[in-house]
Amino acid sequence: MSTGTTEREPLFSAKTKKLLLGPLNKDNPITVQVLGICSALAVTVKLEPAVVMSISVIVVTAMSNLLISLLRNTIPPRIRIIVQLVVIAALVILVDQVLKAFVYDVSKQLSVFVGLIITNCIIMGRLEAFAMANKPWPSFVDGIGNGLGYGIILIIVAFFRELLGSGTIWGFHVMPKAFYELGYVNNGLMILPPMALIVVGIIIWVQRSRNPELQEEK
Amino acid sequence: MKALRKQLDKIKPQFQKGGKFEKLHSTFDAFETFLFVPDKTTSLGSHIRDSIDMKRTMSIVVIAMIPTLLFGIWNAGNQHYLSIGEAAAFWDKVLFGLWKVLPIVVVSYVTGLGIEFAFAQIRHHEVNEGFLVSGMLIPLVLPPDIPLWMVAVATAFAVIIGKEVFGGTGMNILNPALTARAFLFFAYPAQMSGDKVWIAEKADAYSGATPLAEATAGIESGVVNFSHSFMDMFLGTIPGSIGETSTLAILIGAAILVFTGVGSLRIMLSVVIGGIFMGGVLNLAGANAYMNVPFYYHLVMGGFAFGAVYMATDPVTAAQTNTGKLIYGFFIGLMAVLIRVLNPAYPEGMMLAILLMNVFAPLIDHYVVEANIKRRLKRLKPAKA
Repeated sequence: MSTGTTEREPLFSAKTKKLLLGPLNKDNPITVQVLGICSALAVTVKLEPAVVMSISVIVVTAMSNLLISLLRNTIPPRIRIIVQLVVIAALVILVDQVLKAFVYDVSKQLSVFVGLIITNCIIMGRLEAFAMANKPWPSFVDGIGNGLGYGIILIIVAFFRELLGSGTIWGFHVMPKAFYELGYVNNGLMILPPMALIVVGIIIWVQRSRNPELQEEK
Repeated sequence: MKALRKQLDKIKPQFQKGGKFEKLHSTFDAFETFLFVPDKTTSLGSHIRDSIDMKRTMSIVVIAMIPTLLFGIWNAGNQHYLSIGEAAAFWDKVLFGLWKVLPIVVVSYVTGLGIEFAFAQIRHHEVNEGFLVSGMLIPLVLPPDIPLWMVAVATAFAVIIGKEVFGGTGMNILNPALTARAFLFFAYPAQMSGDKVWIAEKADAYSGATPLAEATAGIESGVVNFSHSFMDMFLGTIPGSIGETSTLAILIGAAILVFTGVGSLRIMLSVVIGGIFMGGVLNLAGANAYMNVPFYYHLVMGGFAFGAVYMATDPVTAAQTNTGKLIYGFFIGLMAVLIRVLNPAYPEGMMLAILLMNVFAPLIDHYVVEANIKRRLKRLKPAKA
C-alpha cells in the first residue's frame, strides 16, 4: 500500500463549486423551485430587513445542513423529520436572540418572520434532499449556496420595492428632489405585498428567457 | 383609396422576406390590414365566411365609445367652468375639455401601441389589435386631471404585466384597461380618489365630490346629501371619470354594441339585474344612510353603467358559455354594489368586482360545461339499458 489510493478531493472542486453557484441561477430555490415565497413577499418592502433576513437564512441553512450531515448516520430514518426540526428550531432561536441583541430595530420589523424560518421549505428541503445523503463539507457548501440563492432574490426584489415605493435605498433618499418637484410620486402599490409577487414574476420571466432549458415543454 | 392601395403594393416587397425592412414586417402588416381587408382566409378548422375580422370588431367597439368620449370632453370643460363659477359658451367648454382629454388619449395610445409593436417585432407575430380598444378605454376611466406620466406608467404596466406576459391579445386573464386603472388606484391613491381629482383645474372652494363620495360620506353623517339630482346623474353632468358620467351616452354605445352583435346583451342585463338585486336587498336591510339610497341610483352613479357595457362584455375576459355569462354578469353587479356600500375604503366597487369575476370566469365556464356533460350523460344511460 505504498501508493496512496484514497485521493483527497480538493476543497473547492468543480462539484462543490456547482453546489455553491447552482442555486444562484439555474437551481434557484425561489424562482425555479418556488420555495420560501411567503417570506420573500413579507420582508422585502425595505432593503435592510431583506438583507438581515437573507443572512439569517444563510446561517440557518448552512449550519443545519452541516449538523444534520454530521448526524446523518445516527438518525433513525423513522424520526428523521423530528430530529431535523429540533436542529432547525434551535438554530433559529439562536439567530433570533442574536438579532434582538445587535439589530433590535430590524428584528422588530421582521417580527414573526424570523421565527417562521423554521417552516421555510428551502431548509427542510435541503436537509431531506442533500444533507441526509452527503458528507459534511459538501452539505455545508450546499446550505450556503441555497441561502445565497434565496438571499439574492430577496435583495433584488427589496431594492426595486424600496427604490420605487419609498424613493430610498437602505433608508437614504436617492430619488432626486427635482423629480418630486416635477410631479413624481412614489408608487404606493410597490409597498403592498402583491407587487413583490409581480417583481418575483418578472425575475422569473427574465431568467427563463435567458435560460431556455428552464422552460417547460409545450 | 386606389392610390393608397397602389402605394402600399409598391412598398410591400421591401417588408417581405429578403427585403430591406424585413424586420419591420409585422409593423407593415398591421397598417396594411388596418386599412384594407386582408386577402388571407382561415385554412384550418371549421369557420364561417365573413368579411369581419378582429380589427373590424375592435373598430366597432371604438365607435361605440365615441358618444361617451365626446360627452366626456364636453363635461370636463363644463365641470371646470362650473367650479370656477364662470358661464362659458358650448365651444369654450369643448375646447377646454379637448385640451385636457386629448393628451391622455394620445399618451395612452402611443405608450400601449409602442409596446405592442415592440413585442410583435421581438416575437415575430402580427401586431394584435386588442389595444385599439384598451387604448380608448383607459382614458375614459381616468379622472381628467391625471398626470400624463401616470397614464403612461399604468398603460405600460397593463400591457406588459396584464397582457403580454400571458401571451398577448386573447390570452389575458384580466381586462387590460381595468388593470391600468387598478394599478393607478393602488399606486397613486392621491391622484385617483378623493374630492379633488374629478374636476380639471377645480377652484378650491368648490366641492368636487362625486355622488359615490357623497353617498359614502352618508355612512358617518347619517344622511346622504346628493348635490346632483337623479336626472343629472343619468345625463352625466356630474364630476367623475372622463367617460363614465353619462349613462345616456353609455346607453347609445350599448345600443351600437348590441345591434352589431359585438357586445353581449346577456352580460349587460345580468350585471344590471345583479346590481338591482343587491341594491334591493340593502334597501330592505337599511342599516345606514348609504343602504337606504334607492337601488336605481346605483345604476347611474360612478362607473356602474360604463363597466357593465364596455368592461364586463370584453369577450376575452368574460365567461364564454351562455349560462356562464348570466352567472358572471349577475355577480359583477352584486359585488359592485356590495363593495360600494359595505366598504367605504373602496368607493368604486365596479372596477374590483369586474376584475374579481374576470378571475372566476374560466371556473364558471368549467362548471357550466361539466354540468352540461353530466346532464347529457344521464340522457344516454336509459337508452343503453
